[in-house]
Amino acid sequence: MIKKRAFPEKEKVFRPGDEQLPEPDGFRTVLRRLAGENKLAVVSAAVILLFVLAAVLAPVLTPYTEKDMDLRHRLSPPSPEHLFGTDEGGRDILTRMLFGSRVSLLIGVVPSLVSMLLGAALGIVSGYAGGKTDAVIMRLADLMLAFPSMLLAMVIMYTLGGGLMNIFLTLSLVNWAGVARVVRSETLRIIKTEYVEAARITGVAGIRIMLCHVLPNCIPTMLVLFTLNIPASILTESSLSFLGLGIQPPDASWGLMVNTGRQFLYSAPWLSLIPSAAIMAIVLAFNFLGDGLADVLDPYRKNQ
Amino acid sequence: MSGFLLEGKDLTKEFPAGGNKTVHAVSNVSLGLNEGETLGLVGESGCGKSTLGRMMIRALKPTSGEVFFRGRSLTAMSDREFAAVRRRFQMIFQDPYASLNPRMTVRSLIAEPLETHRICSGKKETTEKVLELMDAVGVPGDFLYRYPHQFSGGQRQRIGIARAIAQSPEVIVCDEPVSALDVSVRNQILNLLSDLRKTRGLTYLFISHDLSVVRHISDRVCVMFLGKICESGPTEEIWSSPAHPYTSFLLRAVPKADPKRRTDASALLTGEIPSPIDPPAGCRFHTRCPYAGKICAQEEPPLRTWGERTVACHFPLNR
Repeated sequence: MIKKRAFPEKEKVFRPGDEQLPEPDGFRTVLRRLAGENKLAVVSAAVILLFVLAAVLAPVLTPYTEKDMDLRHRLSPPSPEHLFGTDEGGRDILTRMLFGSRVSLLIGVVPSLVSMLLGAALGIVSGYAGGKTDAVIMRLADLMLAFPSMLLAMVIMYTLGGGLMNIFLTLSLVNWAGVARVVRSETLRIIKTEYVEAARITGVAGIRIMLCHVLPNCIPTMLVLFTLNIPASILTESSLSFLGLGIQPPDASWGLMVNTGRQFLYSAPWLSLIPSAAIMAIVLAFNFLGDGLADVLDPYRKNQ
Repeated sequence: MSGFLLEGKDLTKEFPAGGNKTVHAVSNVSLGLNEGETLGLVGESGCGKSTLGRMMIRALKPTSGEVFFRGRSLTAMSDREFAAVRRRFQMIFQDPYASLNPRMTVRSLIAEPLETHRICSGKKETTEKVLELMDAVGVPGDFLYRYPHQFSGGQRQRIGIARAIAQSPEVIVCDEPVSALDVSVRNQILNLLSDLRKTRGLTYLFISHDLSVVRHISDRVCVMFLGKICESGPTEEIWSSPAHPYTSFLLRAVPKADPKRRTDASALLTGEIPSPIDPPAGCRFHTRCPYAGKICAQEEPPLRTWGERTVACHFPLNR
């Protein structure tokens, strides 16, 4: 048997009427390019995956539960039994971190995703349609932005009551307006370009112009906003919990742990520092991954 | 009934310019394209060439006036009626960097008109048609899934041309298609355009400020000044005996390689174009015209026609 050539056959020139047509880059090629170009993004993806796995496998990874109190061992420093120490109720911090990550990861990602999609959709429609549609959507956004976001979140949470779903809803409602504004201004820039004029002259339908021309050119902006909204959401949730409107002890969330640990900052710093470090790690990971994705999706930087 | 394929009658376009002011971009211009010809539209920047070109294919609504395609009024059509004839018109843009979406592959760029007008059935057929078009404009087929930034300016313009001819249009408005290109590529693109016109029976409205380019490609020429057409006629006749003073100055201003044949600086036009916000009364050229008489500042010159030529001047030259 003839051995396969080691290098890829790239020299083939395609002509109309050929049996075999050129193939587009598949998902794998894009992933491989991401891996090859941006080590930081790969490490970040691994970190995120690790956090997600830890959250899913929490009950298997620890002998304690997040609610077990042990008042004899309050505020004990890190030790072989309690790797990250215990809190003011003698609860194992590692266990609370693992269970808390379930809440915090969801709170970071879900509302950011929802507000990004909602904001982008409204922003693009607003910028593309103009006129009354634009005025209505933007005044609505102004209304949302006019209130301090914390106050708005408190009012919504107070009205709706606690619970994870309500936190999602609240954080999404608070964040969409900022996204919509930025995406709208991007849209206004894009619809003045010649390639959109060319599409209009060709007779391409409005919805297709929005999806094929405006949206892909907004994605880098959307990714940046998405990664910025993740830490903001985690922290807003912690403030809400602190005020008694979010997650309530003995349930755990990272934000809540940072906040309750503050009063012991001098006597037992690990209470706050460990969840803070986790928030920082996850935020950085999402930022780097977002950067890497924006790079790979940006045709200007591809194949150069 | 006129024999024109596409005809604009008394087209006027005014843009609001803040306050109570309006920009008179195009004023009462009539223009006709014969089937299969290339009509050159020349003029300084800002004289309304592109505005006129866009109005001719209903990419821009005229303030007043009408456009007829095969005797049917495009301007009177509803959007739905126009959708049925939209396929007949296309446009090629000046800037091959701005006119191609940077996030679309060559395939999706060229396939867009095919998909919009449902010309091919199925993905495979579309891809084959795209390859055929790429072959016709001289872009190798293995670049099918490349992005615009991976091409040179000339190659991109070829992609823009492939997109324009994909839906088999009858009229293409070429808005300065070669002015952003290197001189070395310019001729290739011009020749490509000429070839495509012959093989595909296209009609061009060729907008340019570059006289040598227009002379090279056009059968007839219209010269515009400040929103008005001052002269039109067969290319060679206009070059050999310009009738409007503006045309003659324009032709004299072309740089010449031979120093002995260079135009005396005193024979060149001085001054700026008057503002289109407040165009001069009478003939719009009279403020800069050395031949202008009293009447030029008062009365707008009527269109005089002889043979195939038309001129809007009280005192035409070479007659």
